Amino acid sequence: MPDLHSALLIAVAALVTAALRFIPFIIFVGKRKTPEFITYLGKVLPFAIMGMLVVFCLKNVSVTSYPHGIPEIIGVATVAGLHIWKRNTLLSIIVGTVCYILLVNFIFI
Amino acid sequence: MKKHKEETIKALKATFPVFSGYIVLGFGFGIVLHSKGFGILWAFCMSLFIYAGSMQYVAVDLLSGGASLITMALTTVLVNARHLFYGISMIDKYKGSGKFKPYLIFALTDETYSLVCTEEGENSHRYHFMVSLFNHTYWVSGTVLGAAVGTAFNFAPNGIDFALTALFVTVFVEQWLSSKDHAAAITGVTASAICLIVFGADSFLIPSMILITAALTALRFIRKRKGDMKNA
Repeated sequence: MPDLHSALLIAVAALVTAALRFIPFIIFVGKRKTPEFITYLGKVLPFAIMGMLVVFCLKNVSVTSYPHGIPEIIGVATVAGLHIWKRNTLLSIIVGTVCYILLVNFIFI
Repeated sequence: MKKHKEETIKALKATFPVFSGYIVLGFGFGIVLHSKGFGILWAFCMSLFIYAGSMQYVAVDLLSGGASLITMALTTVLVNARHLFYGISMIDKYKGSGKFKPYLIFALTDETYSLVCTEEGENSHRYHFMVSLFNHTYWVSGTVLGAAVGTAFNFAPNGIDFALTALFVTVFVEQWLSSKDHAAAITGVTASAICLIVFGADSFLIPSMILITAALTALRFIRKRKGDMKNA
């Protein structure tokens, strides 16, 4: 439900995002070299976080009750398979989402 | 003035691929946001002020679940941490951009970054400003359009939020294919899955982020020691 708390959540997301974008320009103004550990995290974190976000999206799927996560498995497999095949981001997202919508509305009711 | 016009046209042409991507992804975001009970004004404000695609998709879930401010802050830090590194690599390029600089930095999304850092030749800061502004406009328009269509037709099909899952699976696969080292990707999935089982769906994000950072730090330490032993 939209309310004050929601507005505050959006403000927090906006401020933190802006801070992340501005910090490098404020801190690394000189010729100082970026610490090696930071460079390392910058390289590996995006890979790990994307994995976490996939898990996050599937967090409410129950394998013990009907339909046992089957629509999600088919949906994810469709997106991944199509993406490996065509490497077209928009195509993978649109086909995968339409496929999932059809599954949960017409097949796994 | 003629130069300004030429620059504007050049920026329009350069941003065309982003136009199609942002309109489609933004549209999806607007529809998903509407399906959770947040209308056009919310879509507009989020896209105008946050202006970070994947984070906005994650934020929809946190908003509708009524997450705490600290969860939102930490999630934003981790989902958007990559922007720190975009900034680091743009420090020289955006040097001396004067009055354009604050907006150039604010609007440095994945797509704008990839356009600006791969451009050929030297371009003016005004041109970079136009590129950033056009992309921002596409994104806001796409999301507002999605929310408007959702509101007008009450269009919120069951399962539309799978667009979010599909987006992340796509990026995950893309990253997987572009790298030979899958340790970090596997760490991310495994650590989050463990935390999901241990802490439950409503409170596993923060533990996951801590476990991932710790595991990646440990991994670096182990690999360094192995490397040292090989070199010894």
